[in-house]
Amino acid sequence: MEQQLFWLWGGIAVISAVMMILKRNPVHSALCLVVVFVSLALLYVLLGAEFLAAVQVIVYAGAIMVLFLFVIMLLNLETEVRSQGLSRVAFKACSLAGTGLLLLLLLGGGAVKALRAMAPEQVSGVPGNTQAVAELLFTKYLLPFEVTSILLLAAIVGALVLAGKRD
Amino acid sequence: MNEGYIPILFMLALATAFCVVVVILSRLVGKRQDSSEKLMAYECGNIPTGNARQRFPIKFYIIAMLFIVFDIEAMFLYPWAVIYKSLKLFGLIEMVLFVGILLIGFIYIWKKGALEWGSRNI
Amino acid sequence: MGIETGTVMLSIIGPEVVLVLAALGIMMTDLFVKSDSEQPFLMWIGFVGMLGALAVSASFWGKEAAYGFYGMVVADNFSAFFTTLFLIAGGLTLLMSSGYVRAQGIAAGEYYTLTLFATTGMVLMAQSTDLIMLFLGLEVLSVSLYVLAGMAQDSTRSAESSLKYFMLGAFSTGFLLYGIALLYGACGSTRLADIGSVLAQKQILREPMLLAGMGLLLTGFGFKIAMAPFHRWAPDVYEGAPTPITGFMSVGVKAAAFAALLRVFAGSLAALSPHWKELLWIGSVLTMTIGNVAALRQTNIKRMLAYSSIAHAGYILIGVVAGGSAGTGAVLYYLLVYTLMNIGAFAVVITIEQKGEKNLNLSAYAGIGSRHLALGAAMAVFMFSLAGIPPFSGFMGKFYIFSAAVKEGYIGLTIIAVLNSLVSVYYYLRVTVMMFMQEPESGAEEAAVFFHPALAGVLLIAIFFTVQMGLFPSSYLQFAQDSIKMFL
Repeated sequence: MEQQLFWLWGGIAVISAVMMILKRNPVHSALCLVVVFVSLALLYVLLGAEFLAAVQVIVYAGAIMVLFLFVIMLLNLETEVRSQGLSRVAFKACSLAGTGLLLLLLLGGGAVKALRAMAPEQVSGVPGNTQAVAELLFTKYLLPFEVTSILLLAAIVGALVLAGKRD
Repeated sequence: MNEGYIPILFMLALATAFCVVVVILSRLVGKRQDSSEKLMAYECGNIPTGNARQRFPIKFYIIAMLFIVFDIEAMFLYPWAVIYKSLKLFGLIEMVLFVGILLIGFIYIWKKGALEWGSRNI
Repeated sequence: MGIETGTVMLSIIGPEVVLVLAALGIMMTDLFVKSDSEQPFLMWIGFVGMLGALAVSASFWGKEAAYGFYGMVVADNFSAFFTTLFLIAGGLTLLMSSGYVRAQGIAAGEYYTLTLFATTGMVLMAQSTDLIMLFLGLEVLSVSLYVLAGMAQDSTRSAESSLKYFMLGAFSTGFLLYGIALLYGACGSTRLADIGSVLAQKQILREPMLLAGMGLLLTGFGFKIAMAPFHRWAPDVYEGAPTPITGFMSVGVKAAAFAALLRVFAGSLAALSPHWKELLWIGSVLTMTIGNVAALRQTNIKRMLAYSSIAHAGYILIGVVAGGSAGTGAVLYYLLVYTLMNIGAFAVVITIEQKGEKNLNLSAYAGIGSRHLALGAAMAVFMFSLAGIPPFSGFMGKFYIFSAAVKEGYIGLTIIAVLNSLVSVYYYLRVTVMMFMQEPESGAEEAAVFFHPALAGVLLIAIFFTVQMGLFPSSYLQFAQDSIKMFL
């Protein structure tokens, strides 16, 4: 069951990701991206990482997608801009990059195998691993957690500076 | 894989199936007679004016950006709430620091007028 | 390395705390004190913060390495050295910016706040002993700099600079993260010490995942130090960014990335050194050759200094390849030397630059030396030093790096580097020749000089150290070598 579901969600994720690139209407691309995010969240659930799945849906499929849509609106992409196809060189470059990515994915598959073999500290299949995440986050990973607030603060200042800039 | 998710899975399948069935059914059963009025964008009965793809003011972008930042902040509160009893005072200090730094960011955007819709001075 | 876990030890991140407090102080002052006269005041808050952080980090010097936050960060000689370097770079950048920010009409509060955040990120990178922490430090640094690069007055070019830096920076961060993930997969930990001890068992050294992780990590760092072939962003970004920030990026980001590179590669991945040394060998040759050859053709001073900074990254990589006490020590010494002389060169550029990015063309420098002798002499010192002409510190830096490389048997690399240095003399001297021996084109507007006391201070400090570190290098070299004991 777990295997089949993995292939189902994984397949949906990959197909939607490819669709996202191929769609010429940027709004359609954005919708495909939502599907990618949600199927990734489902994959996290399969791994027993509910908290991560919830974050994935709330932050990525929620907040970040809103930003994507606003940016698409902001750029006001018209039909003529959209309908330009890929040039030959760009196509070749993309396929090369895609092949490279595929190789990395295969390596990533190796990573899963190695992770299983080693069973490192964090991975826990127990339901309710939010607690496990929390315990690590607020003790061992305390400093990264606090530094995140500095990072977010820098992002706030930066967003206002760049968006508020007048020509 | 734990069994607790089976109902959700079932629900998901049901919802998807329902959508697909309804769309296909209306295709098969209903008659399609397209006219220019029918294909027009629906704007609550008014005659549509212009393209729907209007340029948005950059304001929306700033709001979305700030939303992400505070959304992430809120995400960190969930795991903290789960174990804050065992963290005791230590946990409270951690979270006060984290929220405090972002609170400064909040005061900052407030004073800079990023939350005001009318003014154009940011 | 015995890691003391279970303790938080706030004092370990003392420099960061001071810097963040200063940044928050600037933000609040900017918000609640509404007057035009507060601009220099904001800069001084930042400067005092830098001095405070320097005092804290100096107190770490010479002590046992102390771990804090469950082994996430460390305060040792290495981190104290780099913290000092970042704070020198950051402090001088603040001084340089004071007049510039006002003249160019840049939002001062945000500018100084982000500069301090960027410095905080650098210090975190130098102190981190965990890849997650390293990544967060890098992100704090990068996010601040993406924005700072876009703050210059010339909106179009500055926006281009910011966007390019952001896009390529985000891409390189992706590489870095994937590298961290693969390394974690191979070693089962993100902690540098644990990775080192797993690799010491030598069972997984041939694992493709480990090697791919190493390569991706190297790519990520390569972007940040502008190592060829990942250097393409540098000239455009450096050209469009506000000039003090260009100076800050060229020394600070580079030094931070080298600090991380040394800690990860020379420290934890030492067992893989045959692999990465080979890659860095090629990278070093490409970097210095491309940097120097491209710099020959530049007419914009900022672009020329950008290519020059790429070339210098190539020289520094030689020291990393050579390794050992001599090589790594030379890297640290060179970074210190490079920081001071390059900031000095940028201070001269700011002095000559006019509002609206004027006078950045080399032809604007014609005749300035004869009219403003002191300024011309200062630029000559920095150019000679960058070119590696004795008795200035740039020469000693190159000397230590090259001799370390020869000692480790990298003769070919040294010959290529020496040839490259010869090429570089041409474009550095061209600036000096321009300033002293050419007259401005008739009819061309005579370049006025933008004088500011803080800028003069920066120039004096930079000249003093450029000369002093060249004439009496031994104590500085000793400082560098004391900083790297834990690697050896």
